[in-house]
Amino acid sequence: MELITPSLGLLFWTAIIFVVLMLILSKFAWKPIVSALEEREKFIADSLSQANQAKEEMAKLKSENEALLAQARSERDKMLKDAQTVVTNTIAEAKDKAGIEAEKMIANARVQILNEKNAAITELKNLVATTSVEIAEQIVKKNLSNDAAQKELIEAYLKESKFN
Amino acid sequence: MATRTGMKLNRLKSLLFKTLLAVLFASFSTVFASEEAAPSEGEETKFNAAEMIKHHISDAYDWHLFGEGHASVSIPLPVILYSTTKGLQVFSSANFHHGTEAYIGYKLEHNHLIAEDSTEKIYDFSITKNVASMMIASLIIILIFLSISSSYKKNVGQAPKGMQSVFEPLITFVRDEIAEPNIGPKFAKYLPYLLTVFFFIWVNNLLGLIPTGANTSGNIAFTMTLAVITLLFTLFSGNKDYWMHIFWTPGVPMPLRVIMLPVEIIGIFTKPFALMIRLFANITAGHIIILSILSFIFIFKSFAVAGVSIPFAVVMSLMEVFVAALQAYIFTLLSALFIGQAVAEHEHHEDHH
Repeated sequence: MELITPSLGLLFWTAIIFVVLMLILSKFAWKPIVSALEEREKFIADSLSQANQAKEEMAKLKSENEALLAQARSERDKMLKDAQTVVTNTIAEAKDKAGIEAEKMIANARVQILNEKNAAITELKNLVATTSVEIAEQIVKKNLSNDAAQKELIEAYLKESKFN
Repeated sequence: MATRTGMKLNRLKSLLFKTLLAVLFASFSTVFASEEAAPSEGEETKFNAAEMIKHHISDAYDWHLFGEGHASVSIPLPVILYSTTKGLQVFSSANFHHGTEAYIGYKLEHNHLIAEDSTEKIYDFSITKNVASMMIASLIIILIFLSISSSYKKNVGQAPKGMQSVFEPLITFVRDEIAEPNIGPKFAKYLPYLLTVFFFIWVNNLLGLIPTGANTSGNIAFTMTLAVITLLFTLFSGNKDYWMHIFWTPGVPMPLRVIMLPVEIIGIFTKPFALMIRLFANITAGHIIILSILSFIFIFKSFAVAGVSIPFAVVMSLMEVFVAALQAYIFTLLSALFIGQAVAEHEHHEDHH
């Protein structure tokens, strides 16, 4: 029976000690410890969410970069292709131009050659004419020593020259 | 008494306890029988296990270390008493000479302080062994947590170090596993009490396991005080719903309400009563088991028994270390639960009772 009979002194001291202990601990231990724990937990939670955010941003940036890179690549390809076409076009154009020029030159040369030929022919004609006249003069000088015959011939020439 | 309550609460332990006590009492009868048969044996050689165990689990006016009777060595503790005739008296318990002598009209009878003059009424406020042990426990707790508290101020926002990392999980355990789930959003108000009661019971339990230590947390006065504090917390934090449930249980037919009223009022007190008995019985039973096992050695007066008793006592001590933490946890958990019931906001009254 003694075991389950609470003694007054022990009840008194337990109450006093416990209440004093609780007051001391509440003020000097639990309050600062619990608030420090809460602060740290908040800090950790914030840091974690921030890290997640940074990760997301990084992923976003990466995808953006990739898109940018792809765009740049396609642009480069396009530019290369364009350049290629330009080159081909230029070459073709140049070829065409050169052909036209050559033809032109050939045509010119032809004209010139023709002109030269004509000139040469004219000159040759003149020369043949002069020579023929001179020869004819010589012949005529010998055959037409009389004036009558000379007159006749002159008139014939005059007639002819009138038609010219 | 301890046996009966112990059985009620912890089946495993009570089974062990019952078996051990049966063996113990069986051996007692043989010892007594042999003593009757051979009265030539001296008084001092008699070993009374029940007396020894009772002495060890009871409170005392001095802190007994070792030795028997006049040869025993103990630390004297202050006796403080208030007498209706002589007023306040303070003196050392050494004056009783281990309870063999009377001092200024007071004497120890069966480890109990009484006045020689039977007409004198005394109120005993002595710093007994249990009180001294409790003070040591409080001092240890204060030293630990004030040093931890200063560490928190020193390394703000940093990872815990040393003692901090030992006790931080325990503090967060009490907060996150005991207080918050059982009390709800208002838990912060009760957290200091729960933390204090948890560590107070635990440290007192552990101090009790040290040889020569006091059975403080296995004392009914100790557990009663803590249970009453939990009761006061429950009563003073009870909201309208809580009292409504007790005095005019909703969702119950009228005649039943009349029957429910006394049941509910008894219920207010049975909860802390269970807290009181549970802690007392578990800790006291643990002490009795270990002492009983060790008593076998002296009952059988054989070294061979020691070979069995000592390892068994070591195993039981280890289990008691676990029980020390477990009972602190259970007391704190149930206190939180009772407070939680008192502060809970009931949405559906019909769900209960």
